[in-house]
Amino acid sequence: MSVLLQYLLTGIGIGTLYALIAVGFSLTYNTSGIINFAQGEFVMLGGMLAVWLHQFQGLPLAAAMGLAIGLTALAGMAVERLAIRPARGSGMTTLIIITIGVSFILKALVGAVTKDEFHLPALPGPTAVTALGATIPSQTLWILALGAAIVLALGLFLKYTLLGATLRAMAEDRQAIRNLGVESQTLPILAFALSAAIGAAAGALITPLTQMSWLKGTELGLKGFCAAVLGGMGNLPGAVLGGLVIGIAETCGSAVLSGYKEVIAFTLVLVILYTRPQGLLGGRL
Amino acid sequence: MKRLFILVVLMLTPLVLCRGELSYYLSLMTMTGISAVVALSLNLLLGYTGQISLCHAAFFGLGAYAAAIGSVNFGLNPWLGLGLSCLLPAGVALLVGLPTVRLKEHYLAMATLGIGVIVYAILRANPFGATGGPGGIFAIPSLEIMGVTIDNDISRHVLVTAALIVVYVLCESLISSRFGALMQAVHTSPRAVSSLGIDLEAAKLKIFVLSACLAGLAGGLYCFCSPLAYINPDDVASVMLSVKFIVMVVIGGSMSLLGGVIGALAVTWLPELLRAASAWVPLANPTDFEAVIYGVVLIATLIYAPQGLIRPGGARAQG
Repeated sequence: MSVLLQYLLTGIGIGTLYALIAVGFSLTYNTSGIINFAQGEFVMLGGMLAVWLHQFQGLPLAAAMGLAIGLTALAGMAVERLAIRPARGSGMTTLIIITIGVSFILKALVGAVTKDEFHLPALPGPTAVTALGATIPSQTLWILALGAAIVLALGLFLKYTLLGATLRAMAEDRQAIRNLGVESQTLPILAFALSAAIGAAAGALITPLTQMSWLKGTELGLKGFCAAVLGGMGNLPGAVLGGLVIGIAETCGSAVLSGYKEVIAFTLVLVILYTRPQGLLGGRL
Repeated sequence: MKRLFILVVLMLTPLVLCRGELSYYLSLMTMTGISAVVALSLNLLLGYTGQISLCHAAFFGLGAYAAAIGSVNFGLNPWLGLGLSCLLPAGVALLVGLPTVRLKEHYLAMATLGIGVIVYAILRANPFGATGGPGGIFAIPSLEIMGVTIDNDISRHVLVTAALIVVYVLCESLISSRFGALMQAVHTSPRAVSSLGIDLEAAKLKIFVLSACLAGLAGGLYCFCSPLAYINPDDVASVMLSVKFIVMVVIGGSMSLLGGVIGALAVTWLPELLRAASAWVPLANPTDFEAVIYGVVLIATLIYAPQGLIRPGGARAQG
């Protein structure tokens, strides 16, 4: 029983991070109508920048993480401005390939600086909490708390602010927003900044648990993508549900079938794509 | 015809020029030829039919592994192995394609990506001890034809050149056939195709399977032409490789067959050019900048020259 609980808790911890990455996918999808295959690289950037600021520039951990998130948001804005906006109006396939190109560049730029794997200390707190025979590292508690806070804040922002409402409306009908005279160029760039920041937060939070390196972005991005598709692309609660399902399935599944971790996540996604392409919860933000 | 002539000259010139010390460049051209076969196969799907595939490295890898497992583990004649390298990916494509071809745009991208990741993970996981895990398969035998063993730079290059020309001619006649017209209609006006009572999904599935079959053939050629007689999952089936194949098609020109070949040439030779350039420009490590330049060239091509280097030319228009 306690072993199962342990797997479940580990799965929820990692699943929360996948959920954050998935939320990033959904945000850019809703506002720009594109799937940003470079989302995983924002996660990697967040982790790597936090490592650089904390270990090499001597910033306190929390400040380093915060600054890393801010810098990654800037990178997200640059990506939208330099690679996505000039190609507006191209077909979906073209846009997908462009974001793949962006992910090449971001990954290689970091790889050119360092190919080492890095670790961050956990955020301060008790080393581990034991409950019902299962041990939860304090970093997992931080992930759960901060992850929930980020998703909640984003949900409130989308629901109760004018800007959030505009973002949601853009997901419904981009042309109508333009007809109302809302400058729609600032919205995609805002969405990219937000989703890059959320991705970076996931990256900074996961680095103390696992390691971070220039290659990690692709893997994490794919998991977040799986989560977004599983829950329903563009759907906020769906992204969270998808992240948790993938996290738990992967942790429990790889306990039984080690070596097939990737296969589990993607088989789930293929099953969903083939039977219910709109995802578990379907719909929009 | 003119384009086929360019292709033949491109492939045969290195046989004359790259002798002795330059033989490394001959084997690089052999690899270019193998990549070009994949680029041609992907071009049918991505360029002409407008269907993205992020799993062509998986078909390539399945082809390579089918040939290697057949000829090493089961001791089959290598030519039979090469046959398997067409059949296995085609069979897999038929199975996974049935549900996949119904998907569009990013769902299609996601599903094909998923297939690519799963195949790569399975090859790495060494199921039933058949694939050798991350280490791959060693000591692959050579092909043999009329008493000649294909085990040196020159014979390998001739084999790949012959295969490339056959595949090129096959693709060209397919494009200019009635089915080729249907392929392009699937891309540009799918509703018109449906309205004519043609089964859109069946057409997409046929192309998907054919494309996988040709990519598998290229994988089989790689297996028997790799100078070290050795394959591993990272070299033949990684997701990165799928992306490289897409880069080839997009840079070269997604609506022209020669474009795919030129794209394969550009992508295969880029690292060499970068290495040469690093003698003039001090780059810390040229391989690090390879991917940056891939990315920049890819994005710039899509934004400023979406048709790629080689402009579209139907086989008929070319005469």
